[in-house]
Amino acid sequence: MDSRQLYQEMILEHNKKPRNWGMLGDATHKAEGLNPLCGDHIHLSLKLNGDQVEAVGFEGEACAICKASASMMTVAVKGKSKADAEQMVQEFRDMTTGKLDTAGPHHLGRLTVFSGVSELPTRVKCAILPWHTLHAAFAGSDTASTE
Amino acid sequence: MSARDKLATPLDVGALRRDFPILSLKIKDKPLIFLDNAASSQMPQAVIDRWVKYRSAQHANIHRAVHYLSETATAEYEKARLKVQAFINAKESRECIFTSGTTDGINLVAQGYGRKFFKAGDEIILTTLEHHSNIVPWQMVADERGAKIRVVPINDRGELLVEDYRKLFNANTKFVAMTHVSNALGTITPVREMIAIAHEHGVPVLVDGAQAAPHLKVDVQDLDCDFYAFSGHKLCGPTGIGVLYGKAALLEKMQPFKGGGDMILSVTFEKTTYAPIPAKFEAGTPPIGEAITLGAAIDYLTAIGIDRVVAHETDLLDYATDQLNRMPGVRLIGTAEKKAAVLSFALDGVHPHDVGSLLNDDGVAIRTGHHCAQPVMQRFKVPATSRASFAFYNTMDEVDALVASIGRVQKLFA
Ligand SMILES: Cc1ncc(COP(=O)(O)O)c(C=O)c1O
Repeated sequence: MDSRQLYQEMILEHNKKPRNWGMLGDATHKAEGLNPLCGDHIHLSLKLNGDQVEAVGFEGEACAICKASASMMTVAVKGKSKADAEQMVQEFRDMTTGKLDTAGPHHLGRLTVFSGVSELPTRVKCAILPWHTLHAAFAGSDTASTE
Repeated sequence: MSARDKLATPLDVGALRRDFPILSLKIKDKPLIFLDNAASSQMPQAVIDRWVKYRSAQHANIHRAVHYLSETATAEYEKARLKVQAFINAKESRECIFTSGTTDGINLVAQGYGRKFFKAGDEIILTTLEHHSNIVPWQMVADERGAKIRVVPINDRGELLVEDYRKLFNANTKFVAMTHVSNALGTITPVREMIAIAHEHGVPVLVDGAQAAPHLKVDVQDLDCDFYAFSGHKLCGPTGIGVLYGKAALLEKMQPFKGGGDMILSVTFEKTTYAPIPAKFEAGTPPIGEAITLGAAIDYLTAIGIDRVVAHETDLLDYATDQLNRMPGVRLIGTAEKKAAVLSFALDGVHPHDVGSLLNDDGVAIRTGHHCAQPVMQRFKVPATSRASFAFYNTMDEVDALVASIGRVQKLFA
């Protein structure tokens, strides 16, 4: 597949106008994600209220695929329980590595715009990085790397 | 043909391209436009044929047996050394050591010279332009010996500041390691002048020639460098082979980098006597076929004429620079007055990784990333760049295709 097919309107738009941009002043959890090969570098902050993601913010320097993935992720996990968000991390990971049938049941909603990335091995890491970082933030470790 | 006539006759690039089977590949039904030559350049059929001939009719271990094949392989291997000697104008062929590449050559000097001669408080001068392979080996030996690294800065065009370099020298300065051509920016450094300055202080200089050897006439005696390292795979040759040139007197007083067979005169458990150079630095079975094939690549380039290579690549670079300068939203990174074959750029609002993927859709192969030169990226405050790098077989039409493809990326992201 052409990578151009991946750059759909929704991804381009989130890249240009990322949601939840900026770090939270009252974060309870933080993590940094780094993709050493291409230089994607994001910071993620979360505010957990008990088990619930009350607020989430990110910033960084990253390619469109990574930035849009991060932006859409923050929208998707806000208000979710930690367990539900972790479930999405797993599903997103499975989808981008071609292990999830998006026609079957899943919780990814509009995030399926990233399903094509499974056919572009050099871009899988870009799409997954924010999700690895979210997982690291939940786990209380400071950094996530795709290497 | 005299050298002058050759220069007067421009390259017939169309004909040359037919020497390179890979250049007729299609990528997603589009012709391959290979602009990643700074990472590795392609091999012409004559060089591929040389490899096949070695493998099918000449292969045996060298320096070890009296049978026909071993003698043939040994003779061809040493012939390749003579070709290297002529290519860089070394005074003697024993000053040309076969390595596995530039990285290996630099490590050889860092370990063989640095470990023996550096001590606590000594200083090693590097430049901001260096590839990681001309930084890390020096950091390793500096850490071990308690030596310090000093760095020559660059200006906003990506040129080394020679006056600042001059001021770095003091009684503790023990070594200079610097690139001839920057792989990230294309800057050609004033290496001859900087070597002369180091020599005024009695300090030896290693030159990283990985990017220079394919694009410039290299004359190690004229440069008066003490060491010069380059790689075969950037020179239309194979991977796994490179050359380290070193002045004989220095190589002789260094310690071997690796121990093993072929690098000794005699071994007992009490004492080993090392072989003379170059064998002292070629422990174990070397990449024999790769060295011979590199010799064929040197023959190929020499037949074309490095002057004509330079002339054509300069044309390509000037044209491409001019085209990109006309595009709003494109910023060239590295605008040195003297440049070779490399065009690094940034697109407003588009990350290099997206540029690389989208150009690939059009069959255009470029490199995106930090180019193993993170200090350069830090200096220009970018995480990465997109880099098109040319070889003599690239055409103006390919530059047009690059420009058109960049235009399409900008439109998508507009
Ligand atoms: C300037 C420079 N130095 C060193 C190297 C390392 O060369 P090699 O990987 O062949 O050892 C490269 C190649 O990437 C380079 O461009």
